[in-house]
Amino acid sequence: MQAEVTPAPKPKADQSAAISRQRAKGYNLHAGDKYYAFAFLGPSLLVLGTFVFYPMLRTLYLSLFLTDNVGRPTVFVGLKNYIGLLTSSAYQASLQATAIYVIAVVALTLILGLLLAQLAAKKLAGIQWFRTIFSATMGVSVSVAAIFWLFIFSPSIGLFDQIGSFLHLPIVAWLTQPGPAMTAVVISTVWMNLGFTFLILFGALQMVPQSLYEVSAIEGASESYQFFHVTIPMISPTLFFTSTVTLIGAFKSFGLIDLMTAGGPNNATNLLVYRVYQDAFLSGNYGLASAESVILAVIIALFTLLQFKFLEKRVTY
Amino acid sequence: MMLTKTHKTLRYLVLVIMAIIIIGPFILGFWTSLLPTADIAKGALFSTHISLQNYVDAVQQTAIMRYLLNSFVISLLTMAAQLLFCSLGAYAFVFLSFKGRDFLFYVILATMMLPFEAEVIPNFVTVRQLNLLNHYAVMVIPFLTSAFGIFMLRQSFRQIPPELKEAADVEGLNHWQFYWRVTLPYARISLFTLAAYSFLESWNQYLWPMLTTFSDKFRPVQDGLRQLQSQETFNNWGMIQASAVIVVIPTLIVLFVGQHYFKDGLNEGATK
Repeated sequence: MQAEVTPAPKPKADQSAAISRQRAKGYNLHAGDKYYAFAFLGPSLLVLGTFVFYPMLRTLYLSLFLTDNVGRPTVFVGLKNYIGLLTSSAYQASLQATAIYVIAVVALTLILGLLLAQLAAKKLAGIQWFRTIFSATMGVSVSVAAIFWLFIFSPSIGLFDQIGSFLHLPIVAWLTQPGPAMTAVVISTVWMNLGFTFLILFGALQMVPQSLYEVSAIEGASESYQFFHVTIPMISPTLFFTSTVTLIGAFKSFGLIDLMTAGGPNNATNLLVYRVYQDAFLSGNYGLASAESVILAVIIALFTLLQFKFLEKRVTY
Repeated sequence: MMLTKTHKTLRYLVLVIMAIIIIGPFILGFWTSLLPTADIAKGALFSTHISLQNYVDAVQQTAIMRYLLNSFVISLLTMAAQLLFCSLGAYAFVFLSFKGRDFLFYVILATMMLPFEAEVIPNFVTVRQLNLLNHYAVMVIPFLTSAFGIFMLRQSFRQIPPELKEAADVEGLNHWQFYWRVTLPYARISLFTLAAYSFLESWNQYLWPMLTTFSDKFRPVQDGLRQLQSQETFNNWGMIQASAVIVVIPTLIVLFVGQHYFKDGLNEGATK
């Protein structure tokens, strides 16, 4: 999430340093450090090796096999799991649902987050209260958010249906119809995301030099002109950072889906991660689920790479 | 900037509307947690039969307090472990010289791209073989360290002036001493950020505990709420809402108390 990127301290051009010492990144590094390195880095490498590297390779390996019901590979099938997935209409529907969900969540989170940040950046009496409220959903965990929204969307007693019937609108079966169910999980996710997004964007707005606004105001720029030509360009690195974090988070959404719709109705909200869980742990189809994991990992890795590339570029100016 | 009176009123109007949207689900959740379930089931949300009975029921009839305790234990252990192991690892990448250092660092950096969700299948098999299922350990051991934490602290350690290290070398401080007396105090803001981040990450874990814990004795709170919700489906809304409120209050308090630190830490991360 955090990505502090600072240029490395430049090594001074001090050629007279002792030969036995290697001068890198400005610190004296000793040849005898390797025992320390073992002690300092050993625990982390052991944990990452066991729970990150090994499972990554193992998932890749399993994705080429059929497996028994406890996840041991039985028959080598090559790329058949992948081909089967990419040609199945159910998986394509899942990809499509994930794309819709992710795009909607990212777009709404950013737009609303920016609106909140912009509103809270103005100096008005009592603005501190609004800032606190706007960041509040950062303290909400996924189960709590799901329960609050389940009630709001619940049939007939829920808030939306009560308002609807009061206004004599047709009753919407929020969580049992495909379209409304997707809308409901998107709304809930966006709500949950807003606290964090607000805090980050608000912080970025605070750092835009006031003089830029003053100068452009003298030149007669309207508030909306300032927003698009001063604010947005100035905070674009943070906007990009926030959108990547939100995007990756959306690809990994599991808890809300599990609690609110369990992938239904009719697989309308059966997103990629949820499908991995269903195929592996409910159907015992570990080979197929591994192939799904690999596809998911590749998609997320691509977006993360994009973010790294971007941050790298930023350091140079 | 001068704002006209109507302009100002309009701005407050938008602020209030947004505040209501954000805070609405909290208020509705809290309000219904005070109502008898019978009234909620009738849709009588303006009922005046307010009481704390749902809270009494939640505490007495469900394991909600145990779930909270479990989550605190798991999250605190994970946080402490990550502070220790991530800082040690980051130290090695900044102050120690060994073969393959840069390569190793890039490998660790690369793992940040891999979602844990895509690796649950082999990890589940691993913890089953290690006999860790249904215990605190299963929710702590895979998260003792994190690539993200190592990365973040490395960036922060690199800002320590080389002169400090040189002075420490002259003083004869060894690496343990320099790590403990200079590096950690110097990077305390980043350590605080990592502490908050790792605690919340662990607190919000959902999929992993759902797969690996089967009893109330070890079940953390996210999974506990799921359990309550599925057992009580639509029967006892009042008690479910009360449980959700019990769960959300500690994190809200932490958020409001720590808000200053959060803001500083997050902005440091996002904009530097």
